[in-house]
Amino acid sequence: MVYRKTRLGMAADLCLYASMTLLMLLTLYPFWTQLVTSLETGASVYSTRLMFVPEHVSFEAYRLAFHFTPLWTGYLNTIVRTVLGVLCMLVVTSLTAYPLSKKDLPFNRALTGFLLLTMLFTGGLIPNYLLIRELHLLNSVWALVLPGTLSAFNALVMRNFFRSIPDSLEESARVDGAGYLRIYVSVILPLSAPVLATLALWVGVGHWNAWFDSLIYMTDGHKQVLQVVLRKILIENDTTDMNAMIQKMNTHSEYTDRQLQAAVVMLSIIPMLVVYPFVQKYFVQGVMVGAIKG
Amino acid sequence: MQATATESAVQTRSSGRAKGRFNKFKQYRMLFLMLVPGFIFLLVFNYVPMYGLVLAFKDFRITSGILDSPWVGTKYFHKVFDDPHFYVVLKNTILISVYKLIFGFPAPIAFALLLNEMRRPLFRKWVQTVSYLPHFISWIVLAGIFTTLFSLDGPVNALVKAFGHAPVVFMADERYFRSILVGTSVFQSFGWSSIIFLAAIAGVDPQLHEAAIMDGAGRFRRMIQITLPMLAPVISIMLILSMGTILDAGFDQIFNMYNSQVYGVADVIDTYVYRLGLINADYSYSTAVGMFKSVVALILLLSVNRLVKAVGGNDHTLW
Repeated sequence: MVYRKTRLGMAADLCLYASMTLLMLLTLYPFWTQLVTSLETGASVYSTRLMFVPEHVSFEAYRLAFHFTPLWTGYLNTIVRTVLGVLCMLVVTSLTAYPLSKKDLPFNRALTGFLLLTMLFTGGLIPNYLLIRELHLLNSVWALVLPGTLSAFNALVMRNFFRSIPDSLEESARVDGAGYLRIYVSVILPLSAPVLATLALWVGVGHWNAWFDSLIYMTDGHKQVLQVVLRKILIENDTTDMNAMIQKMNTHSEYTDRQLQAAVVMLSIIPMLVVYPFVQKYFVQGVMVGAIKG
Repeated sequence: MQATATESAVQTRSSGRAKGRFNKFKQYRMLFLMLVPGFIFLLVFNYVPMYGLVLAFKDFRITSGILDSPWVGTKYFHKVFDDPHFYVVLKNTILISVYKLIFGFPAPIAFALLLNEMRRPLFRKWVQTVSYLPHFISWIVLAGIFTTLFSLDGPVNALVKAFGHAPVVFMADERYFRSILVGTSVFQSFGWSSIIFLAAIAGVDPQLHEAAIMDGAGRFRRMIQITLPMLAPVISIMLILSMGTILDAGFDQIFNMYNSQVYGVADVIDTYVYRLGLINADYSYSTAVGMFKSVVALILLLSVNRLVKAVGGNDHTLW
């Protein structure tokens, strides 16, 4: 399309680009302040200012935070739950979605209804908690993995994708004598890489950032995920463990609690910041796949 | 398919129907088998907790479990409706949700429309990438960051001081707390929520724009009179979805940002249920409060969907 370059149009463009730049800076600012704080030394972190640049740069807070083992235990627990959660989700969701993608499957409407009902009504906090307790899953990583394995929404997204695969591909496999399971494994799944990747990322980020289930189901501190470790440090402001650890290190370095907190924040979001620009396009594609009306 | 058809055609009419159905099951056996694991998950992790709601009508005794605890009828619901704090919590939930809707719902639409006007792909991509970022950061980290931003010696108070006012303890002040919740929620979600609208914009037929250009419509005019109306179905679906969650108010955010000083304005149903149930171990009462929420949410969702169907036709609804 060709645009006439008018003075008004150029002024509008200028406004547009300027305000978008401002918005971008505003969005980044909160994260920037954490970076600045984490690099700051001594009491200057507590001086009231806009924190555009650190006054003195020091990596001391990072060095100390690196030695704080609960952080890495939390990391490990998070990685384990994320990997298990994504794998279980992919297997169970695709197994459920494939039969439901067949419009000629007997009772399809009733079966889909059984799935959809879970979207409309839920048991809520206490029944879920008691269920996990009755199943003796407290303090087990499965308490974090199993409940979210099959969500109606993910199943619908996948079912819709499966339906968009041309029937002719499946027909030709059937002519060659393949049964449904064979078709699912060697025709449907390979063609569904985009939707599988998207859901894996969606669910993966969900697991990575999840904390509430870990907070209530894990009573053993060593089993808590990264976010709950962070919660203790950032939200409950409980830095006694970190300070005790630093005392033991017998270091003479100058640091403050706030600086440690900021360093921990940075250490927790850096993996996300590194990976996310590369994967976000899959998320965007996924939203479009999910937008097809079920 | 063909084999089944010929086979059943051979059968006599009376036994043919039963045989045909049997063959059909045989044919679909593998598909039904594939459904088994998923349906076990649904039963155990969705339907059993739904059954667990009977807790609200029982006096839960930890020694007897859900099944053997005695029935008490609607005792706990009477307790809910006699509890003055319940009304505070209900009011907070609705207020926070409605504020979030008023400010948070149009923001991504406006952002998507503006983004669509940016003709430099690289710049546009940068803006998009940055705007999605907060969505990927957990509310624990975000709450930690905002608490320092709004703290007494934080940058926000640096601004307040620069304008010659006395610093404010924002996070413990009932006057500001809800605004902070709404503002930070918009910050976290506007970029990500815009994706669905951007996708819809991308689907707008370019011929519509070409025709409008021929008719002399400018960019702004086309944004308002073509792009925006073409978004109507998506907007209505998103609005319905947000109606269904109007009693949610954002547990993750509030739970990590509130403190006892602001319970009066920030305690919502979900946080109240948590404290009652898991801190005070008042299982039955807490389940009753939670059930009230689930039932109202369901009624809201169903009625809004019906309303939209009546007004806008089938294209705009969820099912």
